[in-house]
Amino acid sequence: MRGVNLLPLLLVLVPRGVFAQVPYERLLRAESESGNWLTYSGSYRSQRFSTLKQITPENVARLRPAWVYQNREPGLIEATPLVVDGVMYVTEPPSAVTALDVRSGSRLWRWSRPLPRDVRTLGFPPVNRGVALLDETVFVGTLDAHLVALDAKSGAVRWDKVIADNATGYAITGAPLALNGKVIVGTSGGEAGIRGFLDAYDAKTGERLWRFWTIPGPGEAGHETWAGDSWKTGAGATWVTGSYDPELNLLYWGIGNPGPDWNGDARAGDNLYTCSVVALDASSGERKWHFQFTPHDTHDWDSNQVPVLLEGIVAGRQRKLLATANRNAFYYMLDRETGEFLLGTPYARQTWAKALDERGRPIVIPNTEPSLEGTLAYPSLQGATNWFSPSYSPLTGLFYVPVREMGAYYFKGEAKYVPGTEFMGGGEQPLLGDEAYGAVRALDVFTGKLKWEFRLHSPPWSGVLSTAGGLVFGGTNEGNLFALDAETGKALWDFQTGGAVRSNPVSFSVDGRQYVAATAGFSVFVFALP
Amino acid sequence: MAQSPISSQTPDDLERGRRLFERQCARCHGMRGAGGTGPALTSSVLSRAPDDPALFSVIKEGIRGSEMPPTWQMIDREIWQVAGYVRSLGRQVQVALPGDPERGQRLYETKGQCVLCHIVRGRGSSLGPDLTGIGARRGPDHLRSMLLNPGASKARDSSGYLQFFVISVVTPDGREVRGLRINEDTFTLQLRDADNRLYSFRKQDLKELKRDSSGSLMPSYKTVFSPTEIDDLIAYLASLRGER
Repeated sequence: MRGVNLLPLLLVLVPRGVFAQVPYERLLRAESESGNWLTYSGSYRSQRFSTLKQITPENVARLRPAWVYQNREPGLIEATPLVVDGVMYVTEPPSAVTALDVRSGSRLWRWSRPLPRDVRTLGFPPVNRGVALLDETVFVGTLDAHLVALDAKSGAVRWDKVIADNATGYAITGAPLALNGKVIVGTSGGEAGIRGFLDAYDAKTGERLWRFWTIPGPGEAGHETWAGDSWKTGAGATWVTGSYDPELNLLYWGIGNPGPDWNGDARAGDNLYTCSVVALDASSGERKWHFQFTPHDTHDWDSNQVPVLLEGIVAGRQRKLLATANRNAFYYMLDRETGEFLLGTPYARQTWAKALDERGRPIVIPNTEPSLEGTLAYPSLQGATNWFSPSYSPLTGLFYVPVREMGAYYFKGEAKYVPGTEFMGGGEQPLLGDEAYGAVRALDVFTGKLKWEFRLHSPPWSGVLSTAGGLVFGGTNEGNLFALDAETGKALWDFQTGGAVRSNPVSFSVDGRQYVAATAGFSVFVFALP
Repeated sequence: MAQSPISSQTPDDLERGRRLFERQCARCHGMRGAGGTGPALTSSVLSRAPDDPALFSVIKEGIRGSEMPPTWQMIDREIWQVAGYVRSLGRQVQVALPGDPERGQRLYETKGQCVLCHIVRGRGSSLGPDLTGIGARRGPDHLRSMLLNPGASKARDSSGYLQFFVISVVTPDGREVRGLRINEDTFTLQLRDADNRLYSFRKQDLKELKRDSSGSLMPSYKTVFSPTEIDDLIAYLASLRGER
């Protein structure tokens, strides 16, 4: 404990570069480092909340671009930039990392992995959601399923590890999560009939420490929820960064859809641990508990949404909690020590479940699954929300979630597993355009009740950030970045970037000045007050 | 691209292709491929798909810059089944359009006054869509529906928004503006009125914003033209296949 307290002092006294940049102790206390954004969701609790308060509802209308960084190659940016001690680390599609000087926007280095010509991105665009930082190293996953450790000062490769075979559909698009001495990384491939997993690697050597298979094999608990051999191609991808409770030493990670997505005929059963959140011992990868949101999913409602950790009094006592707005249109509160279901309530239009029972299991309305003729259901397969992040402000007690109000006709098709090809068994015809819309909704974190809504022109692909200054930042498909009053949802500022916003905003400060960064189109935009 | 399997497809493949076509393609191309907001496919020669591999590729990848989207919903075998069904449509006996395109062109330029709002081969006014390639983009049934009941258009852009969508607003100073939606986002709206004037608004400043999903700036020609003249005009429009 003493060493932890001395650290800020040492950083001031000793020239930079001598000490490790981001020791684990800094990650543990990321919430107290308001000037930096050290990990994907801002801290292990994943509240995506900044304690900075220079930018406020009173002055945000004066927010101006400070600089813009443009990708070297065209492609969607879904990355959350990380910022530490004046340097921003952002990934560029398809699999590159760039370090930028946050004072000027100038590039310090860029690392790019040449991808094989036949790299497979089955069921998703060639994107990357960001890096993890630990000590002097930057960790990034690539589309061809390598986990690469780069020197934070130069971008030089420290090690490069193949974690799975891209030829069978495995790929990394999510940002890794760095813990004490190890790096956690998940995989994409939920539309390719992979068998999903979550891995831990030694941060220094790249040696694999453990693997948790999201689809249990013979003899493992949950295996009985798969008919026949269907578990072998059961998917359950782990493509969005999870959360961590250091006191409990538990990792919380969302698991994706079962495969094939829209034809569940061959996989009778609940299909554990797809469409669940799992709590894993971070030392061993052993599962402590799980909670399944959508048993035997046939709508592609991955449960990869970021689990938000907070504390509070629920059902009569102080608890450690996990809050999440699921792709299936329900908002959930769980006890994160035990996995106990505490609350579940819809936050968007849904037509597939009558209600949740007392244990949180959905009471499914008959004939809502995909069919040959097409079955209309809400939400669409892109979900009531998706991979982009929610935010929780402990100051307002509100859970902010970007919502997609869209329905779809779901079709059931043929599903034949051929390694390295799409294994989906159908599809959708979404109700697009003026028949759909989006919103940022503010829910009371403990009840899930709607406090306010800010309506968006179309269902968004951007996450939100809340700040101690009393603002919520977000973005739209039509290129708007915006700031809302965190208490009322009133729009106070917006800026047209000229490209769709498809990532999560962050905030940081340097030289006493607060910045807000977000990506749009092929660029990173950084804003500050004049 | 693999060799085309179409010649060796079974009646069962053709039937599956028809069902897939009806759910994935018919919304734009019409139930029997007769065309709609998308072009008719009942021709033995398809300009974008001169051979079977090209047809497969158009179905799988879509056509960039057009309303034809890629498909990710079907596996390759299903795409070939759809392609086989599309080829079968082109083998059916073609029914010629009843009208006279030359008479249609005269009507377009004189009685219809279509040039006041539309451009063909660089001539005319730009309020409505350029019709230079309209016959390659839209089926005859859709063209008929547009002439008789323009507000019923279900044509959508590549993001799924209705094209030629009419919005009426009341400006901060109390003026009413009715026009075509040129663009819209969460915060702003751009309209073009019947005089082809462009307006840009901040939505929060507007006193009123009304969406008229069945409205149109184009008049109905139901009472302007006789049924024969409508046929002639459709024959002319269907003959407009773009600059060559």
